[in-house]
Amino acid sequence: MTVLSVPMADTGTASVTRRTRILRRLRRNPLAVVSFVVLALAALVAVLSPWLAPYAVEQTDFAHTFAPPGTPGHVLGTDDLGRDVLSRIMLGARASLEVAILAVATSLVVGVPLGLAAGYFRAWDAVISRFTDLLLAFPFLIMAVGLAAIRGASLTNAAVAVGIAQIPGVIRVVRSDTLRLKSLDFVAAAVVDGASDLWVLARHILPNATSVILVQATVAIPTAILGEAVLSFLGLGIQPPAPSLGTMLATAQQFAARAPWAAVLPGVVIMGLALAFNVFGDALRDALDPKGDRR
Amino acid sequence: MTTAERTGAPSTTIETPVLQVRDLSVAFTTESGTVSAVDRVSLDLAPGEIVGMVGESGCGKSVTAMSIGGLLPDSARVTGSVRLQGTELVGTRESVLRRVRGKDIAYIFQEPMTSLNPVLTIGRQIAEVLQVHERMSRRAARARAVELLSLVGIPSAATRVDNYPHQLSGGMRQRVMIAMAVACGPKVLVADEPTTALDVTVQAGILQVLRDLRDRLGTTILVITHDLGVIADIADRVVVMYAGRVVERAPVTDLFAFPYHRYTAGLLSASPTPGVHAGTQRLQEIPGLVPVLSAQPDACTFADRCPAADERCREAAPPLEAVRPALTEHVAACWHPCPTPRTRPEETIA
Amino acid sequence: MARYLITRAWQSALTLVLSTIVVFLGVRALPGDPALALAGEDRSPEALEAIRRHYGLDQPLPVQFAQYVERVVQGDFGESIRTGIPVSSMLSTALPVTAELAVLAILLATALGVGAGVLAAVRRGHPAEWLANGLALVGLSVPHFWLGLLAILYLSVATGLFPASGFVPLLEDPVDNLHHVVLPAVILGTGLAAIIMRQTRSAMLDSLSSDYVRTAKAKGLRPRAVITRHALRNSLIVVVTIVGLQLGGLISGAVVTEQIFGLPGFGKMTIDAVFQRDYPVIQAVVLLTATAYIVINFLVDLLYSVIDPRIRVTGDQS
Repeated sequence: MTVLSVPMADTGTASVTRRTRILRRLRRNPLAVVSFVVLALAALVAVLSPWLAPYAVEQTDFAHTFAPPGTPGHVLGTDDLGRDVLSRIMLGARASLEVAILAVATSLVVGVPLGLAAGYFRAWDAVISRFTDLLLAFPFLIMAVGLAAIRGASLTNAAVAVGIAQIPGVIRVVRSDTLRLKSLDFVAAAVVDGASDLWVLARHILPNATSVILVQATVAIPTAILGEAVLSFLGLGIQPPAPSLGTMLATAQQFAARAPWAAVLPGVVIMGLALAFNVFGDALRDALDPKGDRR
Repeated sequence: MTTAERTGAPSTTIETPVLQVRDLSVAFTTESGTVSAVDRVSLDLAPGEIVGMVGESGCGKSVTAMSIGGLLPDSARVTGSVRLQGTELVGTRESVLRRVRGKDIAYIFQEPMTSLNPVLTIGRQIAEVLQVHERMSRRAARARAVELLSLVGIPSAATRVDNYPHQLSGGMRQRVMIAMAVACGPKVLVADEPTTALDVTVQAGILQVLRDLRDRLGTTILVITHDLGVIADIADRVVVMYAGRVVERAPVTDLFAFPYHRYTAGLLSASPTPGVHAGTQRLQEIPGLVPVLSAQPDACTFADRCPAADERCREAAPPLEAVRPALTEHVAACWHPCPTPRTRPEETIA
Repeated sequence: MARYLITRAWQSALTLVLSTIVVFLGVRALPGDPALALAGEDRSPEALEAIRRHYGLDQPLPVQFAQYVERVVQGDFGESIRTGIPVSSMLSTALPVTAELAVLAILLATALGVGAGVLAAVRRGHPAEWLANGLALVGLSVPHFWLGLLAILYLSVATGLFPASGFVPLLEDPVDNLHHVVLPAVILGTGLAAIIMRQTRSAMLDSLSSDYVRTAKAKGLRPRAVITRHALRNSLIVVVTIVGLQLGGLISGAVVTEQIFGLPGFGKMTIDAVFQRDYPVIQAVVLLTATAYIVINFLVDLLYSVIDPRIRVTGDQS
């Protein structure tokens, strides 16, 4: 295959300078820096939580139920069974992130190829559009309800339901970027040179669409975190006694008047995680925007 | 008061200008510091006159046009003076400027495709101006809109008035823009690249409409363009801009016949002129690019691209002066002007 | 325009048929004998045989599908296997509750979202923009079921301003009804308001920097006229589309909100059905949701063509 050393080299160097410019823009944006630090810390805690957590998550202590935050030995208090809230939040956050990443990965694995195909091959566009319409017609909770009814409630099914719900968004974004890239000269040049469709998609379009995919993934994660929390809260996701921020809230709801901290804290963590991802996603989008002046 | 008086030359009587621009400068605040876009531009528009402003893209002609009506974004810092029949507009309150815009100073823009609101009928968009400035009722404004549409040469105006912009061709949309601009009988009409986005065949029609307006309503028109053909077709006088400065100003025939500034000469030889370029001579391009305007040194801004530039051009900016004491209407800013090809008629008289 | 609408109608109908097939096959995908799943408590051979005959489970799949569609079109969704009550009558009491909640949430979210979005776009660099942007980000990130919990904990239980749970039908006592529904509707609307705000702001920023807004300013119009008549009118096209697309999220949200506030709506019925493995109810709920989504988005397309005179034949909105 005689392909285009020159245009490839061009896009290569262009993307390097572009990357440094984007990183510089991100570093200059205090919100981006703060949200990135928060996310990095959260990831660290999530990964290390089995070692960091002061108690085993399922360890009950009926002598110390409903201990308020600040109790010696239980910084964030205990719940109805005397389990340590801090330990459960750490592992719950880990579970939330796991589900979110699994869900977004699922949506990318299915959505990116379909988006590329829809944007690149005219004949596929209509078929894939109907598929997208079909997915959209089943709201994620209804999809999760259906899945739970058929396959039972579990972490995997929660992740699959959340992931499927995000496929249409991925397809739409990748499709429109593929359409844009397809019309650019270097792609046309590759086509004229006789490069195969798969080659053009893999070497020219996909690498250039990564930034768009990255932004989409960043904003999909907080949605997935919230989705997991909702499903676990309703009992359709992670099953107790395994810790999850959603299940913690479901239990805490029953004792909210007696132990409000158990109902407040997991929610704060969910919101904090989602907020950090959303803020970082916004900053990333701004940094990638060629117009650059939109804050 | 006027240039003629100052230089003491009685050649022609310049009427009291409708619009008087003095030392107008515009700078923009951006991420990477302050960028100057227009540098001490002065200009007079006499009643009923059509003045063409020409230059490459990025030379500051559109910014000048926008600053006249105070239409620049907040990031622009405008200094100098713009007087409309003696009333100062620079630094005036927004509420005062609003009464001037659309009534005394009206605009036509380059892109008739995007300059009209896609979700409002053209009749509504014309009527809007009348309702604001003339306090007309909706019904009266609509009737007037139909009249205006036929005035600018739109056939079956009575039905067209209810059309949306996307139902019209580019040329028709530009006529709608003109109808909207002249609705309140403005004293000055600023046309920013009015024909650039249009087919050549349509361009002539639009220019004819502008000429008619001047002839019938006595509107003063400032035409901004990069197309010397448009200037030759319609303008009485020409202002040549380069890198934010006026480099030459002359009556149209004089400029075409005797370009004085090297840049003007370059522009002329870069565009086809019937008779001169008819298959005998190649079009010349001006080498190089318009310089970045952020740092304007005390030098001729054209020096880097000029074939005749020397040390003097790089050390001092040439003043805008009459090319001959007797030729007060033809001014230029050049240390090494083009050699005059033949004796000027004015000079023999002088 | 007619062609655009015909295309959209055809596409919607196709999606509707496809989703009916998916729902129909979903129950067939249940592990084991669907008759067992549909039987509930009574699993005697006679009862199972009766169910097979009633649902046509002994027929080939296409025939079963045809029979299923025929029943659904007549409003027959079967009976709850727990209570024996026809699903259609369960729906007729549950749907009005959810519809009221959803409509109220959409109205609140649109008013708040459009208002804040316009404000943020017009007052760029002003503290109001920061506040609106920040609130939108929080609204987007907060789990609204948790917000609901907090509202019950700190507003209803602590102050007694709002009832913590329960429902009074609209026709019975409109004031008391609103009293019960307002708080859930606000909670449900927060996420949507945040999304609408962000879309409005971004669309307004585009419109405000457009050529036609420059024209409007050059005409000497007042800022208010420039913003509402010119910029906002164009931005609303985007907003209408967003509301349609967010309907799915709203339905999901309604399920949770009803669960928290104990509203006897469609969502509560759904969750109860899942835990009781009440398949006819689940099947009906899923099918109705999909139908509602498809029909409402088709209506949005109709509305879209009313607001935007330039309707493109391609129908591509991306």
